[in-house]
Amino acid sequence: MPDVRVVNLTKKFGDVTALENVNMQVRDKEYFALLGPSGCGKTTLLRLIAGLIEPNGGEIYIGEKRVDNVPPEDREIGFVFQTFALFPHMTVWDNVLYGPKVKNFNLAEAKTIGNEVLELVKLHERLDAYPGELSGGMMQRIAVARALAAGAKILLLDEPLGQLDAKVRNEIRYEIRKMAKDLNLTAIHVTHDQSEAMSISDRIAVMRKGKIIQVGTPQELYMKPNCLFVAHFIGESNFLEGEVTEITGKDIQIELRGGCKVRACISETKEGTRVVLAVRPEVFTIEQGIVEKENALVGKVDKITFEGTVIRYVVRLENKDNVVVIKSSMAEAWYELGTEVTLWFPADKSHVFPYPEAGLTEEISV
Amino acid sequence: MKRIAFQQKMISLLNKLSSKKAAKYAVYVSSIVLFFAFILLPPILGIAVKGTTIQQVFDRPELMERALTAIGNSFVIAIVVSMLDIVAGIPMAWLISRGKSRWLSILDTLADIPFIVPTAALGYSLLLFWNEPVGISSLFGGSLVSTGWILVMLLHFTFSFPVVVRVLVGALLDYKMEYERASRTLGAVPFVAFRTVTSPIIKPSLIAAFVLSFARSLSETGATFIVAGAFENGPVFLQNIRNDFSGGLVSQATYEGATVFASLILIVASCTIFALIWVLGPRLKFPFKGIWPNAERRLSYSKAAISRNTVTLIVFFLIVLVPALFVSLPAFQAVLTPVFPEALSATGIWSNYWQSLLVSYLLGAIVTVLGFVMGLPMAILIARRKLGKTPSAAIDILVNIPLIVPSIALGASLSFFWKQSFPFMPEMMLLIFAHLAITYPYIVKSMSAAFERVSVDMEEAARTLGAKPFSVFMTIVLPLTKYSILSGAIMVFTRSVSETGATVAVLSANSPFRTAPVVLVDWVRQVVPASQLEIGLGAGLLVLLSFVILFALRLVTRRKGRY
Repeated sequence: MPDVRVVNLTKKFGDVTALENVNMQVRDKEYFALLGPSGCGKTTLLRLIAGLIEPNGGEIYIGEKRVDNVPPEDREIGFVFQTFALFPHMTVWDNVLYGPKVKNFNLAEAKTIGNEVLELVKLHERLDAYPGELSGGMMQRIAVARALAAGAKILLLDEPLGQLDAKVRNEIRYEIRKMAKDLNLTAIHVTHDQSEAMSISDRIAVMRKGKIIQVGTPQELYMKPNCLFVAHFIGESNFLEGEVTEITGKDIQIELRGGCKVRACISETKEGTRVVLAVRPEVFTIEQGIVEKENALVGKVDKITFEGTVIRYVVRLENKDNVVVIKSSMAEAWYELGTEVTLWFPADKSHVFPYPEAGLTEEISV
Repeated sequence: MKRIAFQQKMISLLNKLSSKKAAKYAVYVSSIVLFFAFILLPPILGIAVKGTTIQQVFDRPELMERALTAIGNSFVIAIVVSMLDIVAGIPMAWLISRGKSRWLSILDTLADIPFIVPTAALGYSLLLFWNEPVGISSLFGGSLVSTGWILVMLLHFTFSFPVVVRVLVGALLDYKMEYERASRTLGAVPFVAFRTVTSPIIKPSLIAAFVLSFARSLSETGATFIVAGAFENGPVFLQNIRNDFSGGLVSQATYEGATVFASLILIVASCTIFALIWVLGPRLKFPFKGIWPNAERRLSYSKAAISRNTVTLIVFFLIVLVPALFVSLPAFQAVLTPVFPEALSATGIWSNYWQSLLVSYLLGAIVTVLGFVMGLPMAILIARRKLGKTPSAAIDILVNIPLIVPSIALGASLSFFWKQSFPFMPEMMLLIFAHLAITYPYIVKSMSAAFERVSVDMEEAARTLGAKPFSVFMTIVLPLTKYSILSGAIMVFTRSVSETGATVAVLSANSPFRTAPVVLVDWVRQVVPASQLEIGLGAGLLVLLSFVILFALRLVTRRKGRY
């Protein structure tokens, strides 16, 4: 089963550049996600790989073969559309058999394949139904089954769960991953939902404004974001502005706005540089009153949101910055609104980024 | 000040009325009553009052045979032409809706032109192009296509092709491309994707296009009469009988009998055919057993596509566009001769011409406005199912009937009814009724389709914000649909200006209300002796004026593209 590679791929729609010099390699049998906000070019990239649109420049390889001039029907891909695009005038059975038929398999063979894939998605009893009679979850599974029946080696999924209810969505995403893995397929899954991408992908490419900004496993992206945007887009981060005052061999010291000094993990920076310190909400320890600790920030509880599993505090610091802190709602003590609290965090669980030229808001905007 | 106060009073009154159930239903019911009283029932009653005259036809087997042959010809031509339309229309619509070249928007506009040329002028144009020694025939040293059934078929193809293309382009633009893309990713080459996915999904539009072109072919009278020569189809037969009667060749009883007989058969047969299409259409399946890998692959890619597009363009230019506009040639020639000042000074045969133009455009305007007023409640009723699902669906079907009844039959039966029951009715009223009946389906259809596209949510939102139904209509529905409504109105106007069959049937001999197409037909058939230059100029002026008016309307109705 093949890998997928794109080299310097560029796509323009009129004056708008949807993709700019994108390079990416999806490994054989990998479950790969393209993650990014709407309009970032992720669907465009997927459609280019499928051959549904043509690039303005660059190369696309499936396996060893360069395919950018190959029409979609000859690329051996399976595409699952966001709207499913099940043919409304055909039954489930005819939809599933469509691929084998247009590829001119003999009928017995086509039927065997049809039965196999319907078995796989557990919808054998609905084969006489028309798409209009199925629930969203069923249509989704038929769309996958149809792509598989056509002999796809590569599964391209364009927001495949976007039209489903939250509950169904959570179930089906694991089903799709399992199917792809069981059948040794390479899968590229487009989504704007980071938790979806994190929970099912082997690797994720984060995209923004027509470019890929970081590729990595979910853990890598979460633990070692390479820029403010990824730190903000994957999971959640508090951003505290400050200036580097000291660099030692093992860490650096930052003076935050308002004068409070903290130590953070080592990063490529110089003394006197303006930086942004990123700390995830669950990294903080929170305690009532003023506590003497390294990397401590003092403030008052300004807002409390109970979210079931976790409780979320917004703490207003003395320098008027707000910091979000997330704590397990059952395992820890609760703090009242207006309580004075101290927060502290381990230096090695923080990230330091140079202050962006365009400003922080612009840098993390989607 | 006073006027504004009065307007506000009116609006608040209408608002108050519109929220009363009784007032609302009164409007809907009266629109239905008007529809039955002025459009649906008079033609049926007209045939009924003259029903006994049919005996005349049974007494004269040669007349009956002639009528039946003519009607048979009508249906054969309509079926063949509609099929050719679909076959040629699909690649053309495909090219316009899917092609990437920017020249295609020009092609798109060109495709509408034959639709705008009044059919009588179109008929003469084709006659010149195919038949007279000035047109393409000059290359062959004689007449390439003599008058008769081939020329009638060419004519019908020319005027119905734009309609078919328009419907199919609309269908292809509305169609969700995702289906076709899905088919491609599953391994279908473009031709197979079209055959197995696109065409079954746009089947309703294919059927609608077929029905429209079929109906147009069955009804068209003026232009057909010009190019028919000795050949007769239904409308030409009715026209000939009428001329024989005016010329004193047949008795009134024979004329009425033949008209009733032919109209009745035309109406019954076309209703039967359309009912059949309506019932069988949805069941028609496109069989999909397998594919022909090599053939269909070859059909899909460049060479085949290029030759297909070339053939399509040749057909369009050579059979549709150039013949339709050929009349401008003698018209330009005429401008340089004494014919032109003669025309401008309205002497000789031109005295009637200018009056007929005025009558035509005035009639078109009156009918458009009346149709809008009468059709509006009907359109809302159909689009929003105001009277429940089944009655609204039934009305939706009934409204279409005038569309499928040949217009000359409609006109004849209509005039029988009104002249018999209300002899004092002025002829202009009859004309208005006849044109109203013919154009009514167009205006109702275009309005109801536009209303259906406005989501009910939007109306409901306005209601929750405090708007009364009348205000909702004026502030939400109308602004959102005005462009579609205006283009529907343009269609009605064009149709009325082109209308010949029903007009002839309604008018008495030497009526002052002869419309432009009627006058032109008389000139071409030499009922009124006219020279070729005169006819050319007459037809050319009609085309030119229609262009100017439509162009002005287009400017007004052009969508600004903000919503």
